[in-house]
Amino acid sequence: MNPTVLLTAFFATAIEVIEMVAIVVGVGVARSWRASLTGASAGLVVLAALVAVLGTAVRDVPLSPVRLVVGALLLIFGLQWLRKGVLRVARDGWGVGHRAAQVDSTELVEHRFDWTGFVLSFKGVSLEGLEVTVIVVAFGAAAGAVGSAVAGAAAAIIVLGAVGALTYRLVARIPRRALQLFVGALLTTFGTFWAAEGLGVAWPGEETALLALGAFYVLAALGLLSWVRHRWQETTQLVVRPGSSPGSASAPSVPERH
Amino acid sequence: MNAVVRGIRAFVMFWVDFIIGDDWTVAAAVALALLGTWGLTRMGITAWWLLPLCVLAVTAVSIRRTANREPRHDPSG
Repeated sequence: MNPTVLLTAFFATAIEVIEMVAIVVGVGVARSWRASLTGASAGLVVLAALVAVLGTAVRDVPLSPVRLVVGALLLIFGLQWLRKGVLRVARDGWGVGHRAAQVDSTELVEHRFDWTGFVLSFKGVSLEGLEVTVIVVAFGAAAGAVGSAVAGAAAAIIVLGAVGALTYRLVARIPRRALQLFVGALLTTFGTFWAAEGLGVAWPGEETALLALGAFYVLAALGLLSWVRHRWQETTQLVVRPGSSPGSASAPSVPERH
Repeated sequence: MNAVVRGIRAFVMFWVDFIIGDDWTVAAAVALALLGTWGLTRMGITAWWLLPLCVLAVTAVSIRRTANREPRHDPSG
């Protein structure tokens, strides 16, 4: 066992696994655990099949096109959630959707499988899993210690997977409306980062740019939320309806799809 | 045969809904921003700032449009 390779693989893998767990937990809590975990499992199966077929040649798989496609799709979808999150929180407030009964029944039909949640988790896990595999193979093969690299990566997956499993209840306590806004910002952040990386962009600070991007999108969403609330308050003051409370206002109805 | 056609149609509609959603201008603007980022990168110009700024701008415009819309005119309401 090579401790240097093991530790390097652990920390390098941990960065990728954090992204993977964030998407799976976010999608699971905001949409459907069944779809999110099935998508994650399918991503791992595809990855295992890829490794089984290609072996160590997996490190030659071009990551840029995969990053571009996955990033662009996550970005576009994340933006839809971010927009709707801002509009719905502006309309209903932060607290709506705290309990199951308060969540819009039109949003997700319980008995129907949530393919959108499946695709989001599948993409996140397969892309990040592919990157983990490349890291393990590259470190392991370069140092002649594939076993140590695999052990380091496996430890990172187990530790961070356990952290995700232990903390998801905390995430689940966030009201649905707020969660949609923040998960939208999360998906937009990863989507922006990966899509630009896929186009050959070098982010300042590499993976730490994710934190700055996340903060940028959350602050932008809060700014837009404040503007929309202000705008609708102005509209309410202009259009006085007899017998209606100011809170019920004439705020536009926000599409409930996704 | 009908089941196959229905399946293909559902598959296509799923991806159309996933990518375009209820505001096609957002997807179009993101595609243009990606194209611009690719162009700048090809020319050797630092381009990491372009995508986040375009994303912010298109989100603000889309939200502003929805917020200004009268509820009775919202087709998806």
